[in-house]
Amino acid sequence: MLKIAGLEAWYGESHILHGVDLTVHQGEVVTLLGRNGAGRTTTLRAVMGLMGKRRGSVLIDGLETVRLAAHCIARLGVGYCPEERGIFAALSAEENLLLPRRVRGVAAMPLEDIYDIFPNLRERAASPGTRLSGGEQQMLAVARILHTGANLLLLDEISEGLAPVLVQKLGDVIRTLKAKGFTVVLVEQNFHFAAPLADRFYVMEHGRIVERFEQAELGSKMSLLHDYLGI
Amino acid sequence: MTSVFGVPLPAILGQLMLGLVNGSFYALLSLGLAVIFGLLGVVNFAHGAFYMLGAFAAYVGLETFGMNYWCALALAPLAVGILGIVIERLLLRHLYQLDPLYGLLLTFGIALIAEGIMRGLFGASGKSYPVPDALRGGFNLGFMVLPIYRAWVIFASLAVCGATWFLIERTRLGSTLRAAGENAALVQAFGINVPLIVMMTYGAGVALAALAGVLAAPVVQVSPLMGSSIVIVVFAVVVIGGMGSILGAVVSGLVLGLIEGLTKVIYPEASNIVVFVIMAVVLMWRPTGLFGRESP
Repeated sequence: MLKIAGLEAWYGESHILHGVDLTVHQGEVVTLLGRNGAGRTTTLRAVMGLMGKRRGSVLIDGLETVRLAAHCIARLGVGYCPEERGIFAALSAEENLLLPRRVRGVAAMPLEDIYDIFPNLRERAASPGTRLSGGEQQMLAVARILHTGANLLLLDEISEGLAPVLVQKLGDVIRTLKAKGFTVVLVEQNFHFAAPLADRFYVMEHGRIVERFEQAELGSKMSLLHDYLGI
Repeated sequence: MTSVFGVPLPAILGQLMLGLVNGSFYALLSLGLAVIFGLLGVVNFAHGAFYMLGAFAAYVGLETFGMNYWCALALAPLAVGILGIVIERLLLRHLYQLDPLYGLLLTFGIALIAEGIMRGLFGASGKSYPVPDALRGGFNLGFMVLPIYRAWVIFASLAVCGATWFLIERTRLGSTLRAAGENAALVQAFGINVPLIVMMTYGAGVALAALAGVLAAPVVQVSPLMGSSIVIVVFAVVVIGGMGSILGAVVSGLVLGLIEGLTKVIYPEASNIVVFVIMAVVLMWRPTGLFGRESP
């Protein structure tokens, strides 16, 4: 589904990713762990084609995308939820929800189904996007890419700054998506949110993948994770 | 005879009407500037030049090909819009990552070149463009005669401004434009071809300027300098309305045209500076302009 090899990326002059290798199979949930500044967000941005300069290989469904523009990558069925949520102030909540283009992938989730999952969004549909509470904005950011029909979801810190009840709700949403066959890449600071969800974990440090292991190995890797992440 | 402040009422109404016609041009021009600034972040100094080219396209169309006014109204904005698209593709798009000053300098240079070329071809003196037959004459309103052509200018400008406002504030394409003005990279990551939208928007904004030029051709002298004389006032209008605000551009365009007209009656000496005095006052009171959003 997604196969990254030797991916390098730059922010202006500074070299952030130094050869990332990562594979996500169809229907898997994979979590990128690491400290702040390890390059996890940059990895997602580089996959999306949002970095000024990138090199290496990013195969999506077997197609090389490293030279494609961001909108062409999205149209292959990739949905991106940025860390800063990216809710547009000039658009109402519903306009935010309807903004992304339908893309190749699975059938788009109908608006009604989305509102059933996130009932708050139905009530706030006409409000300007940034008038929503932090939690509602996060729901909106996730809901927004479900409506596009993307089946590869790149979710950056979606649990950040949310009340525990909302974090639990997002966990349920991810499980539902996984059951429906979506492929998900999570970047998470909140290890306890990500741990039960993921099939596989990658640990990043200094712009490289330094460790990878499966869900079943989680117990035996805890002390190692403690060293890497301080958890 | 009725009078206000010792000025006969018909004179006041006549100037108000002229002010409204000027205000219609201000509104159309500042609308295009606002749309372009909102999405591209470029202060399009060439806007007056595109207005002038629109008027000349109508003039040349008539003189050379016998093209009538109504065809010019459709074809001149199309031709100038395509020129705008070519300029965007070849030059302007390389500057989006840089300081806005570069875009301003480039478009200022384009304006000077366009003006110079047209002076070389047509000389500096004004050409006259006839009022189309269907719009000759006037309505007698009892207290004054309203020339049909000027009424048409006001109507056409309001209709175009209204349609543009609707397009941007109430349609799906408009919501995409507004979002791209906020965060173009993210909109592109949602599968939308932002570079294409930017190109078309510049073309459309420029076409609006050319449309204003065609509308103005029968009421002003068609001259290479007509753009630079209006564009400074239009920039003041945009600053007063709030950079990038559609509603602000239209409302302040019309209102400032009226105020300018009124000043011509009450204190003619101030009529050329009144817009700039208002701009200074507005900037002291609200630096983002009357309708401007605080930048987040």
